Amino acid sequence: MIEIINVCKTFDGHRVLENLNLNIRTGETTVIIGRSGCGKSVLLKHIIGLLRPDTGHVLIEGRDITRMDEKELKGVRMKFGMLFQGAALFDSLTIMENVGFAMLEHTNATKDEVAKRVKECLALVGLKDIEYKKPAELSGGMRKRVGLARAILLRPQVILYDEPTTGVDPIMGDSINDLIVKLHTKLNVTSIAVTHDMSSAYKIANRITMLYNGKIVADGKPEEIKDTADPIVKQFITGAGTGPITEGIDFEHLI
Amino acid sequence: MFKNIARLLGTRFIEFVKYAGGTSILLGETLFWIPMPPMRRRQIVEQMSKIGVDSLPIVSLISLFTGMVLALQSAYQMQKLGAEMYIASLVALSMTRELGPVLTALIVAGRTGASITAELGTMKVTEQIDALETLATNPVKYLVVPRFLALVIMIPLLTLYADVIGGLGGYLIGVHKLNVSHSMYMKMTWKALRYKDIYTGLIKSTFFAIIICIVACFEGMKAEGGAEGVGKATTSSVVMSFILIIASDCFFTALFYFLT
Repeated sequence: MIEIINVCKTFDGHRVLENLNLNIRTGETTVIIGRSGCGKSVLLKHIIGLLRPDTGHVLIEGRDITRMDEKELKGVRMKFGMLFQGAALFDSLTIMENVGFAMLEHTNATKDEVAKRVKECLALVGLKDIEYKKPAELSGGMRKRVGLARAILLRPQVILYDEPTTGVDPIMGDSINDLIVKLHTKLNVTSIAVTHDMSSAYKIANRITMLYNGKIVADGKPEEIKDTADPIVKQFITGAGTGPITEGIDFEHLI
Repeated sequence: MFKNIARLLGTRFIEFVKYAGGTSILLGETLFWIPMPPMRRRQIVEQMSKIGVDSLPIVSLISLFTGMVLALQSAYQMQKLGAEMYIASLVALSMTRELGPVLTALIVAGRTGASITAELGTMKVTEQIDALETLATNPVKYLVVPRFLALVIMIPLLTLYADVIGGLGGYLIGVHKLNVSHSMYMKMTWKALRYKDIYTGLIKSTFFAIIICIVACFEGMKAEGGAEGVGKATTSSVVMSFILIIASDCFFTALFYFLT
């Protein structure tokens, strides 16, 4: 169970998260939706301890990671895997070194053992024979898959996805969605994804949560979110240009 | 008007304090992580090759020409006094005490410092540094420490090399152009040099290495705003390194002058 309690975060005087409360249940896929720049990725980075809140707590299995030192945080992070928006593969390393990074860094595994596990993880995301290529030689979709292979290397308990389908074509996006569902079932992990792609959200989520103005404004099963009467959530999920979210915003000058 | 000036000065002062604090913390963290395992020998050697071996051609060229120019410029006055043989002492002392360390540091700051900032800056804006942290790896240990050790080892070695090549430049002009004999040139070079001249130069170059590494890594790791941000960070890294190298050179020269 991951508990986010009264978290506030401000950047340069702009409050991104405001007394945010959220519980992530173990074994579920929770999708956090919201407009670009609303703080979804910031929230995700709080969950893995990349950012510390100004006030509030983030509890992982009852332990507050906002008060942990480097060593304790390292132990927690070993239980997490994260897929970044642009995959964030290390340019200077091969795919083998990228995917096997955590094993090479933190375990006493031999090179053969690392290579075997890397091949297993790559196979799980539908890739093979690319171990000795560099990230620059791969397409955007392949890089995301490699990023996912890297995230699952140490058999994490929680996988975080930052905009998993952004920047890839719709077909590749859908195959990444399938992959997330497959990994969730196969590895029995807790998954948290942030996205503004509603088709992706409906496909992968057990639960959808909407972030708006630094707060959670909706939280429920995908069907409940689909049938919502809340005008803010309704505007977002239908992608309507007019409504409470865009009230007072003039798009005329963009035309 | 007065309010605006005060606000500007205040903002600049706060920025300065933030910068000084940020770089000091990074230096502290780097020193903390140096003795921690693993040693990452392969990365250190790679960085030493990038910083040291790859800088040899440019360091050779600039030191050689500096030594030659120094000999020619001093000959302009020395010949009037018939004291051409002292050109050897002047070149040797100027190179070891001042020009060797400073020129080498400026070359490395422009060449390697800029490349470190651009590399780390790109890693920052493409979230690779965040990815390192999520993989339970400390970015300072993984990225800064190997570069720090490589710079601290290679810059003093490059400085020694620049001293020798600068001396060679002076020798070429002194012996082949100004007709000072080979034996006299060598004698006047060794006669003028003291161990102190060499080690004070090396102490300076070690501090310059620390400045280059910390400024370059700090600027890279705080870069934001995509390609434009990386460009700005790289410019800022080179400019700041140059300023700090020249300022600390002045400080160390004064310190050694009064202490020794």
